[in-house]
Amino acid sequence: MNSFTLTQATAADEAVRDNTSHDGAAYLGGGTNLVDLMKYNLERPSHLTSLGLLPLTDITTLPGGGLRLGALATNADTAWHPEVEARYPLLSQTILAGATPQLRNAATNGGNLNQRTRCYYFYDLATPCNKREPGSGCSALTGPNRVCGVLGTSESCIATQPSDMCVALAALEAVVRVQGPDGERTIKFDDYHRLPGDHPEKDNTLNPGELVVSIDLPAEGYADHFTYLKLRDRSSYAFALVSVAVGLKMNGNTIEKARFALGGVAHKPWRDQEAEKMLEGQTASPDLFRQVAAKVFAEAKGYGEGSLHNSFKIELGKRAIVRALKQATEMSQVVNPNVFLNSNP
Amino acid sequence: MSLHFIQEPLDKMPPAVVPTQPVTLNVNGQDQTIQIAPWTSLLDALREYMDLTGTKKGCDHGQCGACTVLVNGKRINSCLALATVYQGKKIETIEGLGAEDNLSPLQQAFVDHDAFQCGYCTPGQICSAQGLINEGRCKTEDEVREHMSGNLCRCGAYTNILSAVMEVLHDGQVVVDNGTLVTIPAQPTKSSSVS
Repeated sequence: MNSFTLTQATAADEAVRDNTSHDGAAYLGGGTNLVDLMKYNLERPSHLTSLGLLPLTDITTLPGGGLRLGALATNADTAWHPEVEARYPLLSQTILAGATPQLRNAATNGGNLNQRTRCYYFYDLATPCNKREPGSGCSALTGPNRVCGVLGTSESCIATQPSDMCVALAALEAVVRVQGPDGERTIKFDDYHRLPGDHPEKDNTLNPGELVVSIDLPAEGYADHFTYLKLRDRSSYAFALVSVAVGLKMNGNTIEKARFALGGVAHKPWRDQEAEKMLEGQTASPDLFRQVAAKVFAEAKGYGEGSLHNSFKIELGKRAIVRALKQATEMSQVVNPNVFLNSNP
Repeated sequence: MSLHFIQEPLDKMPPAVVPTQPVTLNVNGQDQTIQIAPWTSLLDALREYMDLTGTKKGCDHGQCGACTVLVNGKRINSCLALATVYQGKKIETIEGLGAEDNLSPLQQAFVDHDAFQCGYCTPGQICSAQGLINEGRCKTEDEVREHMSGNLCRCGAYTNILSAVMEVLHDGQVVVDNGTLVTIPAQPTKSSSVS
């Protein structure tokens, strides 16, 4: 790890000032990703602005009935907050499907959004990686790339955004509130993370010095019809190969409103609003779900066959969408899916 | 033939200047002030500066759970925590859970159930299990397995670790976490499960 200086800020504006007044500064939240990356010398900040003393740990109801998740609330406190459990069970279960209790107790909501990819080559300093070292090349295009993306990829990068929580936040149409040197602004969740294009080194659309202060959830939490289906190589403590977060509003067997997002397949939580519209006003049926799944993956691109390469994610992703939509319409998933997430329904 | 040094011998070089600062940590109920750099992890602070070597360094990357300690009653990986920012919090390590002549219920249950072989992961397992009990969320074996998934055991003592944790859970020792440090009172030594 490189040497660095550290300041403990006590307010958001103070943190932004401290961060922007140091060259090569980074914000330190729970540290579960940043400190790890620093140990690998993948991140080498010369200064850390610690956010641990900021009063941004509250979870509060918003005037319109939504819920504001403080950026410094931990993932565990968020998942087990009574309002989140009751009104946004999709978010609660999605958070609990990720990482371990120890990590969730330290990791913050803002930090969850900003965690880096787990692409093998990003972590391997001996191999080219455009995300780590722009212009060096992408080793994942031809190398073993089982964990990499099949949607919205570019020839520069096929890495995926690894978060579970973010998949639910995309389906819930959350809004990210940020504070920067020029004041406060909001970013729709769909616009927060970006596709790699020619600049995979940029994971998100934050401007220099901008700090996430809260994640705001709309009033609709889809508590009656939801599911988070996470498919992975072992049944706990593994990143998703493919995951699907679904929130539906149903009237009998008719889908009135549908929101869903995929994890593990792209550089950002993947939403397809045209596919969502295909569901709305329709009677739930396996045929409909298969059509929707085909639409989502119509332009998918795999990068090699076999168990080391990721083309399997296209068929797996389609089947995951069908099963997740079935689970959400019927609410047929096991009540505590963070325990039985991979058992057959 | 004489040796020629192209670099000054080490004893003539000025010592590296490490920007340390005093940091006061509350560990197992006692304040201790140590002089550390900003990059010193909580794990290294405990082991190298406070001589509390019960907490173990396994992977040092938050993957194995050997370094698990309790902060304000909640379990975290101390290897991924920078010690400086943990001032003002109540840190509890395996040394604080019980004493050799007064084991905590979990410590005693691990002995009774032979819940280890080499023992390296055990302090982390016990601190993690204590965190699990403090959370008050798990009742079934499946739930305990899932919520202990952050602690690896290379010896594969999982079956006995599970039975040890289940015994303490079933004894009604669930303590609801209220944000303060929680220590379960020690229980008398249990007899072997052989009837």
